[in-house]
Amino acid sequence: MSPKGVPEAVIAAVSADEHPIAPFLRMDRMPHIWCSTCGIGTTVKALASAFEKVGTDLDKVAIVSGIGCTGRVAGYVKLDSFHSTHGRSVPFATGLKLANPELDVICFSGDGDLVAIGGNHFIHAARRNMDLKIICVNNFIYGMTGGQVAPTTPLTALTSTTPYGNAEPPFNLCHLAAACGANYVARWTALHVRRLTKTFAEMLVKPGFCFVEIITPCSTLYARKNRLGTGLDVMKYYHDNTVIEHGADPATTDIVFGGPIICGKFVERDRPTWLDYQDHYLGEKLGEKYQRGRMLQEACER
Amino acid sequence: MKADSEGVRTGIHYLDGDRAAAEGAIAAGCRFFAGYPITPSTESAEHISERFPQVGGIFIQMEDEIGSITAVIGAAWGGARSMTVTSGPGISLMMENIGLAAMLETPCVIANVQRGGPSTGLPTMVGQADVMQARWGSHGDYEIIAYAPESPQEAFDLTVKAFNMSERYRTPVIVLLDECVGHMVEKVTIPEADEIEIEPRRLTKAPIGEYLPYAYGEDLVPDMALAGMGYRFHVTGLTHDERGYPDMSEACQEWLVPRLLEKIRANADDIIQFVEEDTEGADVVVLSYGISARVSRLAIQMAREKGLKVGFLRLQAVWPFPEKRIAELAKQIRSFVVVEINLGQIFYEVQRCAAGQCETLLSPHAGGGVHRPENILKVIEKGAKAK
Amino acid sequence: MKQEIRITGFGGQGIILAGVIVGKAASIYAEKNATMTQSYGPEARGSSCSTQVIIDEQDILYPYIRESDVLVALSQEGYAKFVGELKPGGTLIYDEDLVNLGEAKKDLKLFPIQAQRIAETDLGRRIVTNIVMLGYFTAASEAVPKEAMIEAIKTSVPKGTIELNLQAFERGYDEHAQRQGKK
Ligand SMILES: Cc1ncc(C[n+]2csc(CCOP(=O)(O)OP(=O)(O)O)c2C)c(N)n1
Ligand code: SF4
Ligand SMILES: [Mg+2]
Repeated sequence: MSPKGVPEAVIAAVSADEHPIAPFLRMDRMPHIWCSTCGIGTTVKALASAFEKVGTDLDKVAIVSGIGCTGRVAGYVKLDSFHSTHGRSVPFATGLKLANPELDVICFSGDGDLVAIGGNHFIHAARRNMDLKIICVNNFIYGMTGGQVAPTTPLTALTSTTPYGNAEPPFNLCHLAAACGANYVARWTALHVRRLTKTFAEMLVKPGFCFVEIITPCSTLYARKNRLGTGLDVMKYYHDNTVIEHGADPATTDIVFGGPIICGKFVERDRPTWLDYQDHYLGEKLGEKYQRGRMLQEACER
Repeated sequence: MKADSEGVRTGIHYLDGDRAAAEGAIAAGCRFFAGYPITPSTESAEHISERFPQVGGIFIQMEDEIGSITAVIGAAWGGARSMTVTSGPGISLMMENIGLAAMLETPCVIANVQRGGPSTGLPTMVGQADVMQARWGSHGDYEIIAYAPESPQEAFDLTVKAFNMSERYRTPVIVLLDECVGHMVEKVTIPEADEIEIEPRRLTKAPIGEYLPYAYGEDLVPDMALAGMGYRFHVTGLTHDERGYPDMSEACQEWLVPRLLEKIRANADDIIQFVEEDTEGADVVVLSYGISARVSRLAIQMAREKGLKVGFLRLQAVWPFPEKRIAELAKQIRSFVVVEINLGQIFYEVQRCAAGQCETLLSPHAGGGVHRPENILKVIEKGAKAK
Repeated sequence: MKQEIRITGFGGQGIILAGVIVGKAASIYAEKNATMTQSYGPEARGSSCSTQVIIDEQDILYPYIRESDVLVALSQEGYAKFVGELKPGGTLIYDEDLVNLGEAKKDLKLFPIQAQRIAETDLGRRIVTNIVMLGYFTAASEAVPKEAMIEAIKTSVPKGTIELNLQAFERGYDEHAQRQGKK
């Protein structure tokens, strides 16, 4: 059953009935809506493992999703979780984080959600170095709506709205995030569960805007349209075509149809976060009079 | 509970309506503001950007109005009383997520300082043509609460009220200012903090593990949990059940959506606020709101000087609509004269509620200025002759 | 008694601040009602600029000028635009270096001053032209008590400039008596 090169854990995550991360999930919501060999579940599993590894206080984690197949993650994790509107997970998370800076706020969403309709929020949150963890499941397509072209779709790829092949150049999301100011930028594929888990663990403790892109199979739509085989065939492709290059200049990591996928941790730096900047400048200007946004929650409970 | 004295600028001020609304928000405990500059609402944002760092609030200028309203909703779930302020094109951009706020039952306040439209229209000049948009602007069925101040003082008072109602009914509330009220400068008296009543957030007291985000009691409003309290709850803009889980079925829609409307409708008497003057024995009742109400008063005075019997109904809450009172008055008078800076919006609501019991006449204005009292007078004179 | 006042000039002359001070003086320090509004919009950009203040013992029903009692003009353009709304017998206060009356209506009470020149030469700061004008306006129009105006100035101008502004105000106020004396 297990094709060569595909770790057992991946097989388990994408096809098991008895889920290894059941305690982290809303089991009363199973079965989930994802297709059987979709890669989204794998990314969820990696995040769960990372929480375990870091020892995160799960009461202080909030997951925010937009709309899409990936957007459904918010509904399956047993955490404070917000399924917002298409493209708006980042501003929603911005408000949530600023109202309660104690929370680890994670946006878990699709490529279309985060950088097409939500692109403006994305670049500005990165510019501000807002203390958010952005997990982007990049399946090169709009899964939820039936496989239309996305701003990540490689040139020439077939989608339901590019029946003759995509004629628009795509974004390189890691390059975009890095150029806009993200503190942490990494890319893996859904095959690299162990490395992805490690990256998530780093991301969870890294202040500022962290961006992790996971190249993920949409078996039902993207793979089928482009005759890439089953979900497992796509995993095989990742295995054979991934080039790990930590510290690579994000500008050199473009993805082209049928080409190699450069993965690794591309950026790690320490720009001050939005709140750091506020404290610094307002504190300097206002002195004693400056009051940092308090735990705003108190105002409601008082 | 009472307002936090730290945020309340007790005293007598000379303020424009935009800034008065901002002070109302601060007095009401608002400590999160996300907005995008747009005339004629910008003074509000500017004022808050100056005040918040000194009262422990967070001000952020977002990349657009969509981000602004969404951040406001996120902040509410993080525990903040939160607000945004906008106008014209900005309020149109916010509509999708005002629907999200209604669906998630998120307390928050949106001030819309109305200008002339459609589109970019008259950026610096008055309009009152967003009234129906406030009511129906986002897709789907929901009820909204909207207050329309006629002066800077009322901009303060009604913004406080807007926050309180948003907490009591867990709903977005719109403060519908207009450019005239927003930019007009008048005396604003801000009371002592302990004279300002603040509605606490309806936080759940359920034991961990037993919380149901959308279970509700008699008043139809569910208790709220905030992120980080340990409930590990889920909310979604999809049609959802008691647990907050998506349930895209006809049955669940029927369980959820009528309640979203009913929690406002059944409590309308608590929410509605209007001023009624001299309607007893009146032939004509002038109905207006915001700046048009101010202008109407002069026309009413002129009409009375001519011996006409004119009453006045000034809406402070535009939504929900005072249907009952209008229906009652309709039986006693010859006509309603609706004065608004649009070409007929509240007019049709009045006509609907009057249900043929009296005439309903409109004194319209396309925007860019206020009515000339003489023009209103002409309609009042016509109304006095009705039936 | 109701007073409808318009102050007009060009951008940078502090016209809007002048309106705020008059409104504040009347409503906060003289226990009347006062509504101040200003023209926004393209016509408020760059050159022309104006503010209206309605003062009344009663509630102000209609917050805009119908027929002005007082026009304070600091620019030719503003004067030309608004002189028509002055009611018969109304008060026209103007900077005679900046405004040429031309064929003025005969039935106006005229109060000329050289506010800008006074600000520049006597006080050394052109920026206080508006406050010199307010001093003169206070004496000439009697629309708002002098003490109330002083209080309003103190709470409206930047902290470090109160002294200078009060000097400017007094200078404008005295100018009225001087000019009356010369008549
Ligand atoms: C304002 C708005 N426009 C369009 C949609 C329809 N829509 C839902 S999901 C989606 C795209 C999802 O693609 P992506 O974000 O890549 O997520 P995926 O399903 O691929 O995980 C679209 C266009 C919507 N929900 N809201
Ligand atoms: S459509 Fe594609 S992205 Fe969506 S669940 Fe199926 S495989 Fe996954
Ligand atoms: Mg996608």
